[in-house]
Amino acid sequence: MRELTAVLAALLLLTVSAGCSPGPQPLVVHAAASLTDVLPRIGSRFSAEHGGVELVYDFGGSSSLAERIRQGSPGDVFVSASEPVMESLAGTGLVEQPVVVAGNVLQIATPPRNPAAVDTLDDFTRAELRLVACDPSVPCGAAAEQLFTTAGVEPRLDSLEGDVRAVLTKVAADEADAGLVYRTDVLAAAGRVEGVDVPGAEAASTRYPAAVVTTGERTEEARELVAYLLTPPAQQLLAGAGFRAP
Amino acid sequence: MRPDRVPAGRGTPLRPPRERAPWPLLAAAGLALLWLTVPLLGLVARAPWARLGEVLGSTPARQALALSAGTAGLATVVVVLLGVPLAWLLARPRSRAAGWLRALVTVPLILPPVVGGVALLSVWGRSGLLGGPLHDLTGWALPFTPWAVVVAQVFVGLPFLVLSVEGSLRALDRRHEEVSATLGATGWQTFTRVTLPLLAPGVLAGAVLAWARALGEFGATITFAGNFPGTTRTVPLQVYLSLEDDPGAALVLSVLLMGVPLVVLLLLRGRWTARW
Repeated sequence: MRELTAVLAALLLLTVSAGCSPGPQPLVVHAAASLTDVLPRIGSRFSAEHGGVELVYDFGGSSSLAERIRQGSPGDVFVSASEPVMESLAGTGLVEQPVVVAGNVLQIATPPRNPAAVDTLDDFTRAELRLVACDPSVPCGAAAEQLFTTAGVEPRLDSLEGDVRAVLTKVAADEADAGLVYRTDVLAAAGRVEGVDVPGAEAASTRYPAAVVTTGERTEEARELVAYLLTPPAQQLLAGAGFRAP
Repeated sequence: MRPDRVPAGRGTPLRPPRERAPWPLLAAAGLALLWLTVPLLGLVARAPWARLGEVLGSTPARQALALSAGTAGLATVVVVLLGVPLAWLLARPRSRAAGWLRALVTVPLILPPVVGGVALLSVWGRSGLLGGPLHDLTGWALPFTPWAVVVAQVFVGLPFLVLSVEGSLRALDRRHEEVSATLGATGWQTFTRVTLPLLAPGVLAGAVLAWARALGEFGATITFAGNFPGTTRTVPLQVYLSLEDDPGAALVLSVLLMGVPLVVLLLLRGRWTARW
């Protein structure tokens, strides 16, 4: 009994000590998963120029993030990988007027040295290959579907993943011969996958709108951050990560 | 006086306490019950019931339901065939390795399912420990096939059956087996004619738990098996995907995923109390 009490007390102490973080409230940024690597770098520059304001990030699928904001999750800025998702939030007044801050195009990702020689979209019809893309119900899948339709290719896919990172994982693990992911994902996974450009990918590009969440507590700084995303230093970092200018 | 200090007196059976349950216990138990049930009620309350027929009749839902029913059923058969012997091994008296084996069997229970998926991939993937040679020999690989779904479901469901059956075995009166042996039965005959019939309720309970766990399997499946309609996209994967573009459909499927195992468990409980 005494041991049990001690264990419970220790667990409680651990929880309390982990939860104690004094100081002002941070600026909360909900952002699409594809921005995971680059946004904190932009954020730390912004922070340095704005009196050391602390930023915390919540990365995830755009629709899930929008749902969280709808359910009242605390947040100040939302950067979506989907314009329809952002518009649906703007329609309910939960975000201010969105601005597009970046774009992204799809690329064919293959395991290193491209052993199956997947060079064009036409290779996505080869029956002997294992091919993956996103499901059309998520932004990267909608872009992939548009790309295939425009090229007149009927792909033989083995898996339709729920997000782009799952596609990347399958290719990097060498379980798939090729997958359609964003160019930024190929750059972020440097060495683990190789990227092949797809002609006409620009026509099916994904645009990233950013907006201030109206229910947030630090609206002023949130507006500054959204504006900062369009400044040359931020755009330079985005371009370095493989994003296109808006 | 603490109960464990009470001398082991014979012939003076403890009288069952008549007073009411202490209120701190009742309060904590009530809180635990609410903690478990309120989210389920929330799911039921928010589900768009008017769309039930439309959602369940849609192609994605039908494909996912058929795949889940088939794979979870097959996985349960495998779980019973392999799990009962393993439980028997663990429950053998004076089995020295049993403690270690039991800890190993419990691992899939406490492992994050995604980690389970990564582990399965490292073994059965196209370049995995066993999957690699298999792929080199036959050109065939497990991921992206319904078999991979079954493998993942067996992985997460097996511990439920093993622990449940092992518990029943320990509660079993071993003298039945000893009598059987003295009457000249072989070990196999004793197992199939004496042990197994006595064990049936435990096997059934474990099988239902394993089946329910297999039905709900998500993390290992999405990591290891893939996500294609009719091939690897089970109901939990369909729920996750529907959350993105049709949350209503996701809620309907979630209620189904919660309700079907619940009904089966309740039905079986009724049978047991009636028969045993």
